[in-house]
Amino acid sequence: MKNPIAQLNKLFESRIRLGIMSVLMVNEAVSFNDLKQLLDVTDGNLASHLVTLEENGFIKVWKGFVGRKTNTTYSVTRAGEKAFKQHLEALEQMISGLR
Amino acid sequence: MDEKQSLETLSDIKRIMERSSRFLSLSGWSGVAAGICGLAGAAWGQQVLLRYQGSLSAGGQGLDGLLLQTQLIRQLFLVAGLTFFCALVSVIVFTWLHTRRRHLPVWNAGSRRLLVNLFIPLIAGGIFLLGMLYRHEYHFIGAGCLVFYGLALVNAGKYTLTDIRYLGLLEILLGLVCLFFESYTLYFCAFGFGLLHIVYGLIMWKKYKG
Repeated sequence: MKNPIAQLNKLFESRIRLGIMSVLMVNEAVSFNDLKQLLDVTDGNLASHLVTLEENGFIKVWKGFVGRKTNTTYSVTRAGEKAFKQHLEALEQMISGLR
Repeated sequence: MDEKQSLETLSDIKRIMERSSRFLSLSGWSGVAAGICGLAGAAWGQQVLLRYQGSLSAGGQGLDGLLLQTQLIRQLFLVAGLTFFCALVSVIVFTWLHTRRRHLPVWNAGSRRLLVNLFIPLIAGGIFLLGMLYRHEYHFIGAGCLVFYGLALVNAGKYTLTDIRYLGLLEILLGLVCLFFESYTLYFCAFGFGLLHIVYGLIMWKKYKG
């Protein structure tokens, strides 16, 4: 069996990035403000983590307008979904493997 | 990263997923308050019915009887509307107080989704029953209210505490049984909109501590 620690994704070591992915896995599209409220983080902090995830191709960004205000929403990509599931499996293996 | 940390991370993920997809801050007291409104409404409806039967036996026949019936329907409609309004307001107020005490948002994506999905069957049912009233079809109004309300709760149960789903199933069952016992409709409504809500509210209050 492969070492489960090697299967853990470095990108998801940050609790905020893990939180973003958790929200996006169960919601089709989530706005910046809703993410901010759910994860209880500051604008700058959230934005930088979102950029990291986007650069790695894990999330998609949709820029739209509500009236004149910009409304940015985020959703998870296939690659992001796969990576997140692998990360979860590795976490589960670590629990059962050590028992 | 060790076993304990992995467990914590997994439960964090689960919590965030739950919190982001469901509105979990419904207060148990709001159920009790809605139930009290339901019981009060049923008692008022009973008064209206008794008065109608009184004036009917006092010699309301022919055209008089028809007028009395129209008046009865109008009054019962008012009772039902006011009861629904009071119940809705008390649910909103108690839930708002509940979330404020816990410093949680009351108006977010979760509560929006909950309301939309609650009101789709509710508004469809409301219009359907209004159409029946328009056609002077009064027999199934009470049963219809229970069934459509139950369907609305079952639908809303996907976006809030899952317990609501069971309350919805009970309301549907009650409405269907009510179809066959038309003369007891008011009692069925009192049970479904009053007692069931109170019992449900108390269970929620015990289960989720508030």
